[in-house]
Amino acid sequence: MYLLSKKRTMQPLTNRSKVVVKKEMSLYEKIYLPAIISGMMITFSHFFRKKPTIQYPEQKREFSGTYRGQHVLKRDEIGAERCTACGLCAVACPAEAITMIAGERKKGEEKLYREEKYAVNYEINMLRCIFCGDCEDACPKEAIFLTDRMVKPENNRGSFFYGKDILVEGVEKEKRIDISRRQTAEVLEFKKHKEFDHNR
Amino acid sequence: MALETYIIYKLILVVLVFAITMVIAMYSTYAERKVAGFLQDRLGPNRAGPFGILQPVADAVKLFMKEETIPSVSNKTLFIIGPALSLLTACMTGVVIPWGTSLSFFGENFSLQIADVNIGILYLFGVVSIGVYGIMIGGWASNNKYSLLGAIRASSQMISYEVAMGLSIIALIMTTGTLSVGEIAAQQHGWHWNILIQPLGALIFIVCAFAETNRAPFDLPECEQELVGGYHTEYSSMKMGFYLFAEYINMFISATVISTFYFGGYNMPFIGRFVHDPNWLALCGVAFLFAKIFFGIFFFMWVRWTLPRFRYDQLMNLGWKVLIPLSILNIVLTGAWMMRHEILNVFIK
Repeated sequence: MYLLSKKRTMQPLTNRSKVVVKKEMSLYEKIYLPAIISGMMITFSHFFRKKPTIQYPEQKREFSGTYRGQHVLKRDEIGAERCTACGLCAVACPAEAITMIAGERKKGEEKLYREEKYAVNYEINMLRCIFCGDCEDACPKEAIFLTDRMVKPENNRGSFFYGKDILVEGVEKEKRIDISRRQTAEVLEFKKHKEFDHNR
Repeated sequence: MALETYIIYKLILVVLVFAITMVIAMYSTYAERKVAGFLQDRLGPNRAGPFGILQPVADAVKLFMKEETIPSVSNKTLFIIGPALSLLTACMTGVVIPWGTSLSFFGENFSLQIADVNIGILYLFGVVSIGVYGIMIGGWASNNKYSLLGAIRASSQMISYEVAMGLSIIALIMTTGTLSVGEIAAQQHGWHWNILIQPLGALIFIVCAFAETNRAPFDLPECEQELVGGYHTEYSSMKMGFYLFAEYINMFISATVISTFYFGGYNMPFIGRFVHDPNWLALCGVAFLFAKIFFGIFFFMWVRWTLPRFRYDQLMNLGWKVLIPLSILNIVLTGAWMMRHEILNVFIK
């Protein structure tokens, strides 16, 4: 170490570093065969090693608990859309990926839309989206969430404009998307506190 | 033996050897990728069929379906002859290999060697030498500098290593006293394997076999990092498949020749104690020969995925300055050992 620092070389990151000495090779080294055999033994030991491959379509790596994937627009208990087209998500979005057209709820549509105003059109450009989750934080109605689903690959850019047909979850119980991993008790508790700037 | 039965039996043997060669070459491509994968902590191809066993079929279909391009500036006749010659010479070598002793049916003796010519070794070397023309012609006819460089590298490498290979075989011929491959194999019954008599010669022969088959660490003719693929850069579709196929057949034949010359061929010690029926004994011999060949092929792949490629000057140094002097030394030592009584007599007198 002292020698190294005196020569003003870089600090070694590990204690495994070796100073290279260019000395004449001994006969044992010149034959090469011992080195070749030891090298081949090393590769052979890898032959029986456990392979770390994950066989993708059959086998999937587990996502982290807070994985942020494709969005979902939630419905409430009776199946009405929670989104009121307030536009906070679009404002919060750093990538400007969200656009929407707001509309007024007509009489008789109470079962479809939760409040008087709703999103006639809601689009997320999945190529622009950076999956930061700010839309989810901004939403005052618990309407938009990021899920652990991956955005599917497409052949053309146009297919990445996800409209309400893809984003809104189904009415039936089995078609509902589970977001309990992101909407935890702590998150719900935090959102109740109106004194936080965020929740106003 | 009647002439008709003789012809039919030889034809069956030829077709069988050809088919086995092709199937083994086909599955060598699969084995290569699988071995490479396992040596590198991967799984290798495993999608086509169980364990990817249909991968060679898929590869063959792919190669046949690919568009075939012949460069407009190339010499078209030679461009087609190149891969054909490569594959032809690769397939021709199997003729003199003794695949087993002999089977007897209906009182007739059927040797498992297609042609036991008394100059089998010379035939082998002659055919292997022609093999370089396939590469040379293909590389030259492509009219591409990378192809030409690859072809020049291949030919100079193969010619250089053929010298050492031939010299190492001379020592073997001195001890065995025959040029017939069948006789060399028959002499190695029990533990009389030639590698125990000729260890240095065997080592030189194996190293040269790697160079002759253009495999790592001597795969300079097709090193893709420098030459874009070497002599088959311009080839596409099944013509390229022919070159790749020829390479794998060469590897198979090399493993066969190494096992026959130095590792006892179809002989296995102690097998005579367990099996007594001569027909079963012959079949066991075939099985042992193939076990040795498969290990040889695995060894070729094992080396390929372990050792880095030589630099060109290192390759030439190894060939001319190390292997050729060593093989000459081997000849001298072998001769001295064979004449030891006479030499001793001279000193005693």
